[in-house]
Amino acid sequence: MEIKKPHIKSIPYEDFKNNEYLEQMVQELNANGGKVWLGCLDDLINWGRSNSLWPLTFATSCCGIEFMAVGAARYDFARFGFEVARASPRQADLIMVAGTITHKMAPVLKRLYDQMADPKYVIAVGGCAISGGPFKKSYHVVNGVDRILPVDVYIPGCPPRPEALLYGMIQLQRKVKLEKFFGGVNRKEEEPQKAK
Amino acid sequence: MNEIIDIPVEQLHAEMKKLHDERHFDFLRSLTGMDWQEEGLGVVYHLENTLTGENTVVRTHSANRENPEIPTVCDIWKAAEFNEREAFDFYGIRFTNHPDLRRLYLRDDWVGHPLRKDYDMSEETNPLRMTNEEPVDTTARLEVLRDGSVIEKREVIFEDNEYIINIGPQHPATHGVLRFRVSLEGEIIQKLDVHCGYIHRGIEKMCESLTYPQTLALTDRLDYLGAHQNRHALCMCIEKAMGVEVSERVQYIRTIMDELQRIDSHLLFFSCLCMDLGALTAFFYGFRDREKILDIFEETTGGRLIQNYNTIGGVQTDIAPSFVQKVKEFIAYLRPTLREYHEVFTGNIIAEQRLKGVGVLSREDAISFGATGGTGRAAGWACDVRKRHPYGVYDKVEFNEVLFTEGDSYARYMVRMKEIEESLRIIEQLIDNIPEGEYQQKMKPIIRIPEGSYYSAVEGSRGEFGVFIESKGDKYPYRMKFRSTGLPLVSCMETLTRGAKIADLIAIGGTVDYVVPDIDR
Ligand code: SF4
Repeated sequence: MEIKKPHIKSIPYEDFKNNEYLEQMVQELNANGGKVWLGCLDDLINWGRSNSLWPLTFATSCCGIEFMAVGAARYDFARFGFEVARASPRQADLIMVAGTITHKMAPVLKRLYDQMADPKYVIAVGGCAISGGPFKKSYHVVNGVDRILPVDVYIPGCPPRPEALLYGMIQLQRKVKLEKFFGGVNRKEEEPQKAK
Repeated sequence: MNEIIDIPVEQLHAEMKKLHDERHFDFLRSLTGMDWQEEGLGVVYHLENTLTGENTVVRTHSANRENPEIPTVCDIWKAAEFNEREAFDFYGIRFTNHPDLRRLYLRDDWVGHPLRKDYDMSEETNPLRMTNEEPVDTTARLEVLRDGSVIEKREVIFEDNEYIINIGPQHPATHGVLRFRVSLEGEIIQKLDVHCGYIHRGIEKMCESLTYPQTLALTDRLDYLGAHQNRHALCMCIEKAMGVEVSERVQYIRTIMDELQRIDSHLLFFSCLCMDLGALTAFFYGFRDREKILDIFEETTGGRLIQNYNTIGGVQTDIAPSFVQKVKEFIAYLRPTLREYHEVFTGNIIAEQRLKGVGVLSREDAISFGATGGTGRAAGWACDVRKRHPYGVYDKVEFNEVLFTEGDSYARYMVRMKEIEESLRIIEQLIDNIPEGEYQQKMKPIIRIPEGSYYSAVEGSRGEFGVFIESKGDKYPYRMKFRSTGLPLVSCMETLTRGAKIADLIAIGGTVDYVVPDIDR
């Protein structure tokens, strides 16, 4: 079956990497059975959701400064609907894990994630959040946040350039656009346990 | 190298008191825990006389590896309090009579002391614990009895009936992951307890198993708003130890880069402080102009925030062809923009009322805490390393050390704004005269440092950033310690905020301008 391609203004579908991942995701979603008559409603809701992803202001170190730069005048993620950075996890849809996560911070991060309301997403920004980065061998650094949270998008770099951050955020939007709000999205909560 | 005085543990406290009172060594630059294996565990103190600029190094050690006990010096220098907690955390050195002997960085249920040479690094000893930490309201104090035996006493930090609120570790105004527990009486802060370690990355331990060129990469990530300066300090320390002289050209480039970095950091300081006080527009202004510096960095070094530019014996690449031109344009651009900043924010009545007379630090306290940088200079302490121990080409340029005497938040803010202008002046004097020459000296493929201990410091964006290396002649350092600029700054937060309003905590924290990964290392 032809997949419904998520549309991003001024970047054609083929220009994105990791399209296979999206296609696979759609197949899995379809296999779980979609309610056809809710399709249009899904599209409408996802249009709204994908263009108003509110990030939690969460930054532990260097990558956080680049995250701030993306929010500021030159890169301005407000153009894509990310501008409402929330200080409270209760109001956030998305957590950008920008920076190193240490053993002492890990339970705190997990708690923040648990406090967010579903549907929620995680982006791992930078080498540290992906794998421990330059501090992989340290005794106090968690080697990748995917050990404690389900990650939706990985943005490599040390720190990633603002363009890379934007690209990663748009990738997340594409993912959101394909999801079925009336299908599985609202039941994401079990996933952390499954991932273990 | 400075004289090194070895003092036996028994006489340490009396001798240190003498050094402080009689020879006026009132500034504890750095306190480093050490593991000398067979000889035991010990501490190295770097002291400075703020009147004459004289320096000295004191060492002491305890042969008992199980229960090393060293008397505290935190009644002499307030700076010692946090540093000794760090040494306790890393080495398990028990400081007798220390009023608050808790771990500083690691969790209370952490097993072992990671910087000891015999520490077991395996995952089994310290697995990732996902349980939340329970707040503990008491602390330990080791008291020495008449007969010389030591007993542990519990001391109370917060009483049961105190009203305590928790700020951080995830709080937008703590500028990273720092945590405060604050006891309030109405709106007034009675007591503040700092919890660090949420971004403790174990850099010092990692350095011990990296070769010297490899260690460089980690310094950029300590205080990422002083990436150049940090790396400059480490390169300088290694070069000094090896007896390498870098070329004039490199000195010039490094100095210019350091100053650009300082402007970058101060612009970010301005942005964040304004944002913390609710002036979001100023945040956008600051970041807009900061991008211009990042462009200049990027063209030459390839990196925006983290540049990995200085190397041992030089710099990574020569400056870009348009570097000089761009820097000049930037200077011409920033001067009028600064005036705009002052119009928008400095003269603003709300800003003035939030900052003036709030969070006052006295000169004596600044010295005693070792709070260097803008915080110290706002209190009237001339602590600029560029003047005290000139490096790079700072002895060839003319600039003023900006000093205020009020010691309040407003003074701390103004120091930084004025320093931007001084930095511009320094760059202006240098930019046209960068001499020809090599940008990188030929170095041996394997870099070894002769046996001994070395200390160098630079003026980072927020204070003295020092590097202490102890070498055994290998290609790896035996011990590498970074004198954090931020640790003294958070240690004086309690003094600064006591009696202030809770809302001012944010403004005070903003003006003190710490960067958390630099505190935690
Ligand atoms: S990935 Fe690099 S830039 Fe990002 S937090 Fe880690 S060390 Fe810093």
